[in-house]
Amino acid sequence: MLDHSDRNKLVSVSGLKMYFPIHTGLMQRHTGDVKAVDDVSFDIFEGETLGLVGESGCGKSTCGRAVLRLYEPTEGSINMGGTEIGKSTPRELRPMRPFMQMVFQDPQASLNPRMTVADIVGEPLQEHTDLKREDRLARIYELMDAVGLNRDFAHRYPHEFSGGQRQRIGIARALALNPKFIVCDEPIAALDVSIQAQVVNLLEDLQKEFGLTYLFISHDLSMVRHIADRVAVMYLGKIVELAPRDGLYDDPKHPYTQALLSAVPEPDPTAHDSAERTILTGDVPSPSNPPQGCNFCTRCPQVLDRCRSEEPEFREVEPGRFAACHRLNE
Amino acid sequence: MLTYTIRRLLIAIPTLLFISLIIFLILDLAPSDPTASLPLTIPPEVRAEIRASLGLDEPVHIRFGLWLYQFFVNEPINLIEQWTGASFGEESRPRVVSWQTRSPVVDLIAQRMPQTLWVVGTSYVVGILIAVPIGVISAYRQYSWFDQLGTFISMLGFSVPTFFTGVLFIVIFSVQLGWFPSVYDTTHVVTDFASFWVQIKQIIMPVMVLGLFNASQISRFMRASMLDNLNQDYVRTARAKGLSEQVVVLVHVLRNSMIPVVTVIALGVPQVFGGAIITEQVFKVNGLGHLLIGAIQGGDIPTVQTLTFIFAFLIVLFNLIADVLYGILDPRIRYD
Repeated sequence: MLDHSDRNKLVSVSGLKMYFPIHTGLMQRHTGDVKAVDDVSFDIFEGETLGLVGESGCGKSTCGRAVLRLYEPTEGSINMGGTEIGKSTPRELRPMRPFMQMVFQDPQASLNPRMTVADIVGEPLQEHTDLKREDRLARIYELMDAVGLNRDFAHRYPHEFSGGQRQRIGIARALALNPKFIVCDEPIAALDVSIQAQVVNLLEDLQKEFGLTYLFISHDLSMVRHIADRVAVMYLGKIVELAPRDGLYDDPKHPYTQALLSAVPEPDPTAHDSAERTILTGDVPSPSNPPQGCNFCTRCPQVLDRCRSEEPEFREVEPGRFAACHRLNE
Repeated sequence: MLTYTIRRLLIAIPTLLFISLIIFLILDLAPSDPTASLPLTIPPEVRAEIRASLGLDEPVHIRFGLWLYQFFVNEPINLIEQWTGASFGEESRPRVVSWQTRSPVVDLIAQRMPQTLWVVGTSYVVGILIAVPIGVISAYRQYSWFDQLGTFISMLGFSVPTFFTGVLFIVIFSVQLGWFPSVYDTTHVVTDFASFWVQIKQIIMPVMVLGLFNASQISRFMRASMLDNLNQDYVRTARAKGLSEQVVVLVHVLRNSMIPVVTVIALGVPQVFGGAIITEQVFKVNGLGHLLIGAIQGGDIPTVQTLTFIFAFLIVLFNLIADVLYGILDPRIRYD
């Protein structure tokens, strides 16, 4: 798993920036930006799952949406299966949509309340294929089978389902056009723990069956450990570390990753009491006004002088392992 | 849905009876006197006789009972007889008669209704047709110059009363520019294109005055409702499906946004009948509003009572229609 050089890059993101402008004052002048995603680069290889973790508000979801061009990125290039879509117009993007899809966090809000399951799943088919009515219905049933939904429910409305079933509808919808790449934006965060496992297992099964590639966004470190092949850690709009799963969980390089992993709850009571946790102090700085130098320098337990003035480069510190920290450059 | 509707209709009966009692008592407490406009030389005894001949010497509960019987039994039978030509019973039943004109109130209303429906109804339709696109575009381009302008105009239309805009329109377009007549001629008959053009010219001012008022109200609702839906996740889902922006906005967002707007529109329909009283007065449209004002001035209690009761009935009815529409449009709402 460490060596990816022989595998195809399916998605390649470089220098992605997503700034949301702030307008203040009487004349609503542009006075600053919320730097939700600030110069992020990563590759996703065909057939793998890249986990994207970080705390709330660090820009994970924004990053996922910007990659799919559900936002208008401020800067950067996004290469999707050989096509550059970073600057494409909405019209040019539409034929690309069957290639890339998204599973959303809130399965209730992400389904149109006035459409039945068959309408929701069938709409992309109607838009992008010229299947006949019966063929379309057959495909809808096929998709419902694939995600484990009873065919009899095809003509029901989303509010008549439970949370886990709704997320299955969302997944069936995403699968409708045989995509290669799916962004899962915290697909399990709104579900009960028992249902979480079902949905994650379903995602894994579908990956094997259809050869899907996932960008799996989550704040649940143990779930990401379960599903991801490689993991990227985000802090304040930047990726601080990107490494294969086992390497990252066993030997985190970046001080933020270390602190994040030490915060994972320990089920064993004795180990829990003796665990040495890195407790970060202070709050995450505002993304509209990030600190000078390294973004993490205000809270880093191992901060150096140069961290406050010089921004660390995001570079390969070991084969296949990337991090942005001055300590690792010494 | 059907049992719900039937239940609501049954509940409406005591509601309407209670409303009619309230209206009756308010009119009885009001200091208006049907003989007040008669010459002062008429001696008090004669006045008392006139009042007695109108039935005003009876105590209030007997008058109310008689009115109920008259309105809910005699008048409907009269109406059915008129429509079908059949006759029930030998003798002719008494009618609810206007004290001012001596003609049956129902006939008066039947004469005045078409004018009101034409002028005020058209203005309501025009208002909706203006309001929906403005609301949609304002929400889609929130804080753009179009949105700001729309907000300004609708605030203006909302806060400036129609008796002011009506007079202002007359001063500008009738007096200064001389484009349109200031009085609506209800006897005008459309026979050819020229007379149709005259009709357009005389209807345009009352329709625009009322339409502006209605449009400003509905466009605010439309905009707010669109904004509610535009930021929903399912809109992002629709974009992720690769639908065109037109389909996303007009099918997904607009259809969901119309749910509250349709109920607001339905709730506004009774105002079409009653709410244009002042505008009808300004443009001399002799519709229901005009009739009501005249009846109030003349102390014509049967006419006032009948008209206000019809307005109350329409409000109750359209409340029910709005609720049923909500149930039809929104699959999440089930009444049974």
